[in-house]
Amino acid sequence: MMKRDECLKVLARHRKGEIVVAVYKAAQEWIHIAPSDLNYTFTGAMGQGSSHALGIALGRPDKKVIVLDGDGSLLMNLGSLVTIANAAPKNLLHCVCENGSYETNGGVPIPNAGRVSFTGLAKAAGYPRTYEFEDLADWDRELDRILNEEGPILIDLKVEPGEDYPEDFRRLYNPEFRDAFRRALQRST
Amino acid sequence: MAQSPLQAQSIIREVKRAGIRFVVALPDRTTSERLLKPMLRDQELKVVQVCKEDEGVSICSGLFATGQRALLLIQYTGLLDSINALRGVAVEGKNPVCLMVGLLGKEPGVPPAQSKKYGLRIVEPILDAMGIEHHLLEGDEDVAKIAPAVEQAYAKSLPVVLLVGREPV
Repeated sequence: MMKRDECLKVLARHRKGEIVVAVYKAAQEWIHIAPSDLNYTFTGAMGQGSSHALGIALGRPDKKVIVLDGDGSLLMNLGSLVTIANAAPKNLLHCVCENGSYETNGGVPIPNAGRVSFTGLAKAAGYPRTYEFEDLADWDRELDRILNEEGPILIDLKVEPGEDYPEDFRRLYNPEFRDAFRRALQRST
Repeated sequence: MAQSPLQAQSIIREVKRAGIRFVVALPDRTTSERLLKPMLRDQELKVVQVCKEDEGVSICSGLFATGQRALLLIQYTGLLDSINALRGVAVEGKNPVCLMVGLLGKEPGVPPAQSKKYGLRIVEPILDAMGIEHHLLEGDEDVAKIAPAVEQAYAKSLPVVLLVGREPV
């Protein structure tokens, strides 16, 4: 099991201009760990992160898009796995931060926590590649190679809460930051 | 006065004229045969098929973030199922999601609010309550509403719903 913030810090170290779409706890931590105008957190409703990411990936096939999804969030939008597999964006890396709970909403366990295989669901939906990581050193060692592979790829990150980061829902959903994202993406090659 | 039939080719032409190149869709019997199937064959349009309509609200928003224009083509039942996404993603998130929504089973020439079907009667009042602009496409003269409605949605960065009141020919 990895501390989520440590896991995100590894991703931040390997990031080379990729767009990052993040939801809930991962988003609250990511905006502090890796601030950037190319962070997209304006998902608006639970479960929708993977779908926003698909739209961005299809609109900018020249840019790698990484989505930091949650396990509860993905369960709310499982059909998106099939939609993404069918659209087959080569530039989409779909990370699921599996903490086994609705952490933002009181820490209640997700249904069938610990027995659902998110990589199994993704494979069955048609994702060509999937990975699971529960060791930080393995994640650090493999990430560069995975970032160079063609997507869509699903990565199940087995995480638990690490350090506390201040929550800022206003920052996550503010359309002004979304507009800054649009401008930054327009400039980004 | 009898309305001229809604022409599918006119609708597709106007959708393109509005700068839309992505169509995100889940089939609806009102629009599948004359709109979605031709769109799937159209080289100028990229169709993204979804499993559930609320995915489409977010995909269109993601496309907007990249500077692309999109249309979400669904049935009214899917609109009703996507109300939270429309609330959070489209309205509060100020995303110009443009929906084309088939009113399956609406009686020709009858305003949706006067339909015998409960599900159809509630569509416009719900959109009004949410503050979402909507237009009814019932005859071919209505297709002229499409491009200005889309332009207005992008100008205001707010959603718009185009209700397809009968099966196009």
